[in-house]
Amino acid sequence: MSDALLALSGLSRRFGGLRALEDVDLEAREGEILGLIGPNGAGKSTLFNCLSGHLAVSAGRIRFAGRDVTRLAAARRARLGMARTFQLGKAFQSMTVRENVAAGLGIAAYGSFWRSLAGRASGGARDRRSNAILERFDLRSQAGARVRELPMGVQRRVEAARAFATGPRLLLLDEPAAGLTHGEAEAFAGMVRGVRDAGVTIIVIEHNMTFAMRLAERMYVLVDGRIIAEGPPEAVRADPAVVDAYLG
Amino acid sequence: MDAYLISVMTFIGIWIIMAMSLNLLVGYAGQVSIGHAAFFGIGGYTVAVATVKMGLPFPIDLVLAAVVSGILGGFLGLPALRVRHDFLVLATIGINFIVVAVFQYTPALGGAYGIVGIPPIAIAGVELLGLGMLLLVAAIAVALFVLKALLLKTWFGVRLIAIREDEDAAAAIGINVASTKIWAFVLACGGAGIAGALYARQLGSVFPENFGFVESVTVLTMVVLGGAGTLIGPVIGAIILGGLPEYLRFLHEWRYVIYGLLLTVLVIFERDGLMGPESRLRALLTRLLRRAAAEP
Repeated sequence: MSDALLALSGLSRRFGGLRALEDVDLEAREGEILGLIGPNGAGKSTLFNCLSGHLAVSAGRIRFAGRDVTRLAAARRARLGMARTFQLGKAFQSMTVRENVAAGLGIAAYGSFWRSLAGRASGGARDRRSNAILERFDLRSQAGARVRELPMGVQRRVEAARAFATGPRLLLLDEPAAGLTHGEAEAFAGMVRGVRDAGVTIIVIEHNMTFAMRLAERMYVLVDGRIIAEGPPEAVRADPAVVDAYLG
Repeated sequence: MDAYLISVMTFIGIWIIMAMSLNLLVGYAGQVSIGHAAFFGIGGYTVAVATVKMGLPFPIDLVLAAVVSGILGGFLGLPALRVRHDFLVLATIGINFIVVAVFQYTPALGGAYGIVGIPPIAIAGVELLGLGMLLLVAAIAVALFVLKALLLKTWFGVRLIAIREDEDAAAAIGINVASTKIWAFVLACGGAGIAGALYARQLGSVFPENFGFVESVTVLTMVVLGGAGTLIGPVIGAIILGGLPEYLRFLHEWRYVIYGLLLTVLVIFERDGLMGPESRLRALLTRLLRRAAAEP
């Protein structure tokens, strides 16, 4: 499709004899919030790892923003505008919240050693951008705190803020509501919508079905490494194959 | 000043350069190496060959030592692309043994007899002996300290810390992890080469046993004791561990027992090192400094 920012075709990933992903076709359209749900072990995080370049694919192709990125390293994909968070949370623990966001803002300087020798003097436009991102993720009051001293809910926001700071076109969120209270998850969903409104396409993996149904505008259901359903949340919820395989 | 004291201080200055260079790799980039003395040795042997066999003057020999050690260090970085943590430690130990064996069994490098007769550094025809050499070593150590502090303020500093924290997360924000590691090895080993060059000039000779596993462990201990990943920590570690054996010389071989005991106690009670972010000593010093600044 012409408005697909991301298109996967025939994507497969095997670990020895185990087929973690089998012939997956998926599209993310510019400006949508796409949900990817499935039971534990369905292959959701493996799919994200293949998408972001943290894991090589066994077969198939990944097109992002009009180019084939299947063989590109994770860092190259990130610099092309594909950002992500991780299921277990990977905010930089010894850095402060503000330093995490600043690390994301430096993406343009990470392409080569010589370019990264540029100083990262504070002040001016970069500080304003940093403050705006902290504000967006409700992190202003904790900006100076070390991440390792913060609760999990805040750490997840820090990681999302760092990913957003890279200026992505596509943001992959891996179980962002895991470990959050109901209130925190709701607040996080509001932030995700705000990020989409800022022009970022979002794919969110969620184990929490209610959260995913409320957040996503379109969904894919992955079971045993295969896509078994696709469509709006209501249609997916009513799909007999989904009910049978996932919702029980 | 007493010639012996000057000599001890010169060697401490060389250890400071070594510890600072290793800290870039271990403390900031998170790549633990117990083979750093190999590059100390490569720097020393480069200067020995450059001066004794080729007659090259200072500072060409010093620059050559840094470049050769840095480039070979970049090759040491290659295993770090494939192995992490304990396996990387083993790989670096292996490299240290290989380099010492090359020194030992290469006739052109003097084999077990090493290379002797390395002339002292001369600037404008004046030989730097004693205090002159100490001042030169101190000036280079200060220059490298400032350079390192400036480097850590660049985006490359962020790249180093990010790969130490989490390589996958670093890649996810656009950091080329492999290139960051290789450059960390190049810079750290280049620094060790500079230390080795000064060591060879100070001692006037190089022997394979000067650059073995024990020296690698010693410099790593300096970094950890002082506080890996802090600017000042390795300097403090090098001063203590470089100076303590000399200070306790009157105890003869017993000084090593006290030295070991002190290390054990410090590592148990100050795991982050003396100058680490969680260190009690650092907190105490900060409090005292604040109090002093607050007093009229």
